[in-house]
Amino acid sequence: MFKKTALAALGLGLALSTSAYAQETIKVGLILPYSGPFADAANQLEAGVNLYVAKHGDTVAGKKIEFIRKDTGGPNPDVAKRLAQELVVRDGVDIIAGFALTPEALGAADVATEAKKMMVVMNAATSVVTEKSPYIVRTSVTIPQVNYVFGKWVAEKGGVKQAYTLVADYGPGLDAEKSFAKGFTEAGGTIVGADKTPVANPDFSAFVQRVADAKPEAVYIFIPGGAQPAAMGKALADRGLTPPNVKLFGQGELTHPEALESMGDTANGIITTFHYTLERDDPMNKEFVDGYHAANNGRSPDLFSIGGYDGMHLIYETLKKTNGDASGDALVEAAKGMAWQSPRGPMSIDPETRDVVQTVYIREVQKVGDKLQNVIIDQIADVKDPNHGAAQ
Amino acid sequence: MTNAALTPDPHAWLKARGRWSPFEIAFWAATLLPFFFFPSYLPLASQIAIAALFAISVDLVLGYAGIVTLGHAMFFGIGAYAAGIISSRYGWTEPLTGLLFAGLVAGAVGFIASFLIVRVQHLALLMITLGLGLLTYELANAMSWLTGGTDGLMGIDIAPIFGVFNFDLWGRTAYAYSLAGLFVGFLLSRRIVHSSFGLALRGVRENVRRMPAIGSEHRVHLQKIYTISAALAGIAGALLTQTTETASLQTLNFERSADVVVMLILGGTGRLYGGILGAAIFMIARDQLAGINPQYWYFWIGFLLMLVVLTMPKGILGGLARLAGRRDE
Repeated sequence: MFKKTALAALGLGLALSTSAYAQETIKVGLILPYSGPFADAANQLEAGVNLYVAKHGDTVAGKKIEFIRKDTGGPNPDVAKRLAQELVVRDGVDIIAGFALTPEALGAADVATEAKKMMVVMNAATSVVTEKSPYIVRTSVTIPQVNYVFGKWVAEKGGVKQAYTLVADYGPGLDAEKSFAKGFTEAGGTIVGADKTPVANPDFSAFVQRVADAKPEAVYIFIPGGAQPAAMGKALADRGLTPPNVKLFGQGELTHPEALESMGDTANGIITTFHYTLERDDPMNKEFVDGYHAANNGRSPDLFSIGGYDGMHLIYETLKKTNGDASGDALVEAAKGMAWQSPRGPMSIDPETRDVVQTVYIREVQKVGDKLQNVIIDQIADVKDPNHGAAQ
Repeated sequence: MTNAALTPDPHAWLKARGRWSPFEIAFWAATLLPFFFFPSYLPLASQIAIAALFAISVDLVLGYAGIVTLGHAMFFGIGAYAAGIISSRYGWTEPLTGLLFAGLVAGAVGFIASFLIVRVQHLALLMITLGLGLLTYELANAMSWLTGGTDGLMGIDIAPIFGVFNFDLWGRTAYAYSLAGLFVGFLLSRRIVHSSFGLALRGVRENVRRMPAIGSEHRVHLQKIYTISAALAGIAGALLTQTTETASLQTLNFERSADVVVMLILGGTGRLYGGILGAAIFMIARDQLAGINPQYWYFWIGFLLMLVVLTMPKGILGGLARLAGRRDE
């Protein structure tokens, strides 16, 4: 009997102390793959988060923002779900955020619904993510978002009638292929051939040879960032499949600054689609990039960094709007329709789907001075993910 | 104990070895403590119980039968996907039958694989198990229409156990369910280990050439235990799917096969409690270390592993047994 009373008293004490504590601070749980094959992505995203906090202070609406970081160790949906559960019941977080990888976002979605906590997805780029819980808000990008309009653009403004697609054989690659082809054919283009490369095979020569044999007018490429763009660039150059012989299109990772460095002049003329361009001439972007360089030993921000940065912006601004009320319902309601200027350009949250709406940039690799860089040649404003409408 | 070993009647000897010690009863009573003292750690406790069941399944083949395996995650993953697929694709949400189904599927695959396993030994065995594991992983990756590919299986829905106990946010049901699964799996394994069949397995482990000479069909024994072990691993995988309502390629990953061997080495192979202890230490250390430093916690796991192997070559349980002056099994 005594034991039971003591336990109850202990429990009550704990409950009281946490609620008293919660009035002073807002706890944000960051769930990211800090170790394992995606550790670099997690670090870039985290650097974006840290930069925002360093710039805007750690107090918002009179409350201190406190982070609790949790490592999933790779695409681990079961671990992500457990960590989300623990963050909610043990650490008493008010907001869960992070989620570099789609499976992990999907795993934790149920927890957000059950615990009624806002869940800010700062990267995971599959369309379906935001449909898994009414508490999910996304600040990154979706692959169909940038590729569907790109397919249209290539046919209409790029003047291309036939294209060959070559994508990495995994979820994001297939998504990219499907949405590009949809936009391209809807605008009157024809896909003359489609090939898939293994995700873990950097030898592209056989695939590129097959593309060369088909003699297409244009090639659309989607491969994961990292070491692959350089290998792809070399394979293309070896078979003369570079501009101006053939038109090359792809998603931004293909011509990321680090990839351009190793690709060299063969990259000249490649046209890509993306939501964030490092070199975009804009005072806000310049400030962001300079601050990022200073805080990270000269490393440049990438799509993960901007997702984390804008994710924090959303958290800060919604808290200001609710006057520090951190309940999931209030925050999500505040997030719906919110619009702001980001280093990437204007962006907003779709009030219906809670997904990101933003400008898609079409960039061409050009020589500026003696350096290759992505030069914006066109932009399409207020692009929504095309799949949310299709699902309804 | 030593007297029992000298008893001429082998049945009495086996029976004496199979008796429950007070330590064991205390251990299982202690597994209920998290409900009262660490209620906010129940999701972790649930995953420890699942890892422990998986470790026991590997201990049966690795510790008792001497089949070195680096690919047992294939059965864990097959069980996880089997439980997930009947729920998400066929709408079968009842958990207990789902668990049984997953065990049967994993056991059936294990039985087929066992024909290959018993033909090879040592390094070749390591390569075969590793290869089978990688093949299963890529197969699941390629069959994305069934498994959901890299995005994982979506839409898994599990009904409350017996229609009453819902899987809650605090993880109470999840832990009770996983713990019950672990306990039943443990009872079965304990029965096997303390039977004449279990002794025959140890004979195979110690000297595979002598077993045919004394009239023991070692291949049949190995096939049997491999199938049982595969089914148990499948049930562990299914428990993970059902308690988290997720199934991903990570369940089939090589890392999971390797981690479970690390757990066994930490705890001590060839003793069922070694797997449980190893799983608990590995998972708790991982959770705590990753909480302190989310980036580089694997460093400390490596450190712990070296420390244990250098000071206690037979694992923590082996070291404790030596300290207590008990003879090795």
